[in-house]
Amino acid sequence: MDRPRTIASNAAGLSKADYGGSPSTLCKGCGHNSIASQIIQVAFELSLRPHEVLKLSGIGCSSKSPAYFLGMSHGFNALHGRMPAVATGALAANRRMRAIGVSGDGDTGSIGLGQFKHLLRRNTRMVYVIENNGVYGLTKGQFSATADEGLDLKYAGHNDLPPIDLCQEAIAAGCGFVARSFAGDAKQVRELLKAAFSHRGTAVIDIISPCVAFNNEDDSPKSYAYGRHHEKPLHELGYIPYADEIVITESEPGELRTVDLHDGSRLKLRKVEEEHDPTDRIAAMTRLMEAERRHEFITGLLYYDPSRPSYAEAARLPETPLTHLPEDALRPPPEALERTLQRYR
Amino acid sequence: MTTPPAIARDVTNDFSLVVATANGTGSQTANLTLLRACFHMGIPVCGKNIFPSNIQGLPTWYHIRVSKDGYVARRTSEVLVAFNQATVDADLRELPSGGVAIVDDGLAHGVERDDVHLYTIPVKALMAASEHKGKLRDYLANMTYVGVLAHLLDIPLDAVEAGLDSQFGGKRRLVDTNLAVVRGAHAWAVEQLTKTDPFRVAPMDATRDLLIMSGNEAGALGSVFGGVSVAAWYPITPSTSFIDALRDYLPELRQDDDGTPTYTVIQAEDELAAIGMVIGAGFAGARAVTATSGPGISLMAEFAGLGLFAEVPGVIWDVQRVGPSTGLPTRTSQGDLAFAYGLGHGDGKHVVLLPSSIEECFEFGWRSFDLAEQLQTPVFVLTDLDLGMNNWMGRSFTYPDTPMQRGKVLSADEVRERGFARYRDLDGDGVPYRTLPGNDAPGAAYFARGTGHNAQAVYSERSDDWLENTERLAHKFDTARRLVPPALEERVDGASVGIVAFGTTRYAIEEARDALAADGLRCSSMRLRALPVGEEVRAFIEAHERVVVVEMNRDAQLAGILRAELPDLAPRIESVAYLDGMPFTAGFVRARIEPYLTPRSLEVA
Ligand SMILES: Cc1ncc(C[n+]2csc(CCOP(=O)(O)OP(=O)(O)O)c2C)c(N)n1
Ligand code: SF4
Ligand SMILES: [Mg+2]
Repeated sequence: MDRPRTIASNAAGLSKADYGGSPSTLCKGCGHNSIASQIIQVAFELSLRPHEVLKLSGIGCSSKSPAYFLGMSHGFNALHGRMPAVATGALAANRRMRAIGVSGDGDTGSIGLGQFKHLLRRNTRMVYVIENNGVYGLTKGQFSATADEGLDLKYAGHNDLPPIDLCQEAIAAGCGFVARSFAGDAKQVRELLKAAFSHRGTAVIDIISPCVAFNNEDDSPKSYAYGRHHEKPLHELGYIPYADEIVITESEPGELRTVDLHDGSRLKLRKVEEEHDPTDRIAAMTRLMEAERRHEFITGLLYYDPSRPSYAEAARLPETPLTHLPEDALRPPPEALERTLQRYR
Repeated sequence: MTTPPAIARDVTNDFSLVVATANGTGSQTANLTLLRACFHMGIPVCGKNIFPSNIQGLPTWYHIRVSKDGYVARRTSEVLVAFNQATVDADLRELPSGGVAIVDDGLAHGVERDDVHLYTIPVKALMAASEHKGKLRDYLANMTYVGVLAHLLDIPLDAVEAGLDSQFGGKRRLVDTNLAVVRGAHAWAVEQLTKTDPFRVAPMDATRDLLIMSGNEAGALGSVFGGVSVAAWYPITPSTSFIDALRDYLPELRQDDDGTPTYTVIQAEDELAAIGMVIGAGFAGARAVTATSGPGISLMAEFAGLGLFAEVPGVIWDVQRVGPSTGLPTRTSQGDLAFAYGLGHGDGKHVVLLPSSIEECFEFGWRSFDLAEQLQTPVFVLTDLDLGMNNWMGRSFTYPDTPMQRGKVLSADEVRERGFARYRDLDGDGVPYRTLPGNDAPGAAYFARGTGHNAQAVYSERSDDWLENTERLAHKFDTARRLVPPALEERVDGASVGIVAFGTTRYAIEEARDALAADGLRCSSMRLRALPVGEEVRAFIEAHERVVVVEMNRDAQLAGILRAELPDLAPRIESVAYLDGMPFTAGFVRARIEPYLTPRSLEVA
């Protein structure tokens, strides 16, 4: 983009408004709206070039939201629970795109659980946001697979099934970036989103995102009130982009930890109450299970391991996206046909 | 040996051979060696494997049709190689009178047939001299019938060697190991067997410049020459060998100068994911393919509808087997036609290509990508197990004669110059323009979706937007009618009856028409190569008092489609629809067509 850089513009020469989308048609106060705002803010702060970003989603209120941010980026609103397959194909075809997918707890935890887990196994490089409200918003409030056990809701009734913890599922599936957050904690959502964009493979952020229409009673663990009172961040996060050569002073040993992200940027983790080592897979799983047992709402970067190659790396895809290959690289020459047919003569 | 009735003259290059073995015993190499040996002798052949849904132990039959006229469509075989204890009695009983039975002398059987020529092979004794042990020895034991047949049928040993050579890709040690067994059995047969039967082969010159290949291999090779970059799949018989072939060709044919693959093959978690990946890749601008069979097609319905409505290119091969459900997974059918054509809910039909030969599998392999991108829609290619998995002869493939047709894709400069509305019909052909992710022109981005949208790809629930869009899609389908491979016909002057068919039934039909013509009964014939049908199909039906639609399914799917789409011609459309899992025979087709061609039976028909 060749517009003059003004005060309000970022390194890509864009203003924050350039990262907006169509007006939201979601309910006023829906958690998904606040996440969309944070995505806009983060894209602006990271100076993402919109044409390099691909937005993806499944079906649900949450999955509608890519229409409300990054209006200058290509997007694909796929099928209910099937965004991972579309993302896998699109990003195999063009590995240069930076992708952000938005899904719901129904979209990811019920109909799409299989595709979700296989996406993580393949480690396709993308940010995968789950806007988790414990219900199917778009179909009017039925329990989803993440609904809390024992919960009573006006429309959905009583839920006596145990919830699926999508962070545990992600860790079990081999995901190397697993975080939980709360739509009411805008700063943490932003720092996690930024770090997620720097990850090597699939980065999962499970964001509790209250549904004001169907699951926002104060005693519901997925309500705003509950989140505000009970959120227990494991650490305070600070994303340091690659370009900023900030030297971290190790003045408070044990209190501050940094993780090196794949693209050279870093994430500072300042301890809040307890020690949590996000590079220890078993500890992460244990902490999540403990939280489940004690009904704690822990948030932050739960698990981080950048060692596994992304799909593009593992498949040894060329640096040039497959979509950019010229015809002579796509169609072998006539001699190649002759040579191959020799076997069948 | 009993003396069967003497048969007057030699039967040369016109018989069928069946090898009965158990699945997993390694007889395939021996069978293909025989097939290739005849092919090297210049004799037209076709090999069909009738196999069970099982890895080891259940009976399988390999049929080799040797036909100087190039015919393939029959079921009975005159020459039997009986190597399977479990079926030997039934196999012997089925042998036609005057036929030949070559039986492993280790098999116990209780069938007395003094009307056939019986030869027994001392397989165990012949193998006793072999230095090989265990599994390899069992494998090699199949080569004994190759040696014996070489003697009985007059196949020169150098033709067998040439067959082994192409079978093992020139790997000398393997060729020699197998050839040693063939020679041993051949020498034994020369010494011990007196030929009493009339069946033999003799060199011809009818296979020069021909290939012998399976449809799945041909389709995969065609896809490679169509520039496939992403393949996503989930294993299912009979389509698996399509992807196996792709993975065989791609490493050699598609890598860049540093040896980096310029493609990717993804084994998906299911067919639903496989087609999702194809749609994702197609949206991004890559040529993507998946191959499956009926049960996989069932899972692809929702994405097929999305692909049609969001207008995303992609290619789906359906190598048809018998359904519903798991049905007969190792038997052939044309049962998915109606389902694939209308796959997805709501309005809309798909472009379906219908190859009948390995040449067409190759051609449609690359052309399907052109069509998918020109029309911005998923394209189905329907073959069947018979074509996909069996070995067919065909003319050498023609290299694509046109550059790749990438369709209406706007570059950033083009968007800057002329603007962009994703779903606007600017050219009057119903086909809009698209942009690919990564295009940096302002206004180039759009949000692809399965929900109602207007010309700018913006969500819309307005009735007029819906109508405009779906009318345009219908118009685009009419454009497809003109772009797809046209139906081919053979008109007979004055014929009042025409046959309409598609795919592999053509072989039985061609043979039946020849036989009928020999008896003075003539009819025209037309072979569809795609849906939707073009004007030529209407013209053909109009030119005949009756057309008989011949197809391999029970429910007369093609006849139904034609009656629905050409309602004014429906009264002329008759149907021969039948499915028992086996390829049609010429005899069957003849019997079902003949009544329409003889005046007397026309009255009652
Ligand atoms: C195959 C299919 N089944 C059912 C639906 C109906 N449906 C639309 S959205 C939805 C649930 C969405 O829930 P969630 O993913 O949690 O998103 P939310 O609306 O809560 O943000 C369902 C069941 C559908 N669109 N497709
Ligand atoms: S129904 Fe719930 S999830 Fe949907 S928009 Fe309203 S508040 Fe948000
Ligand atoms: Mg939900």
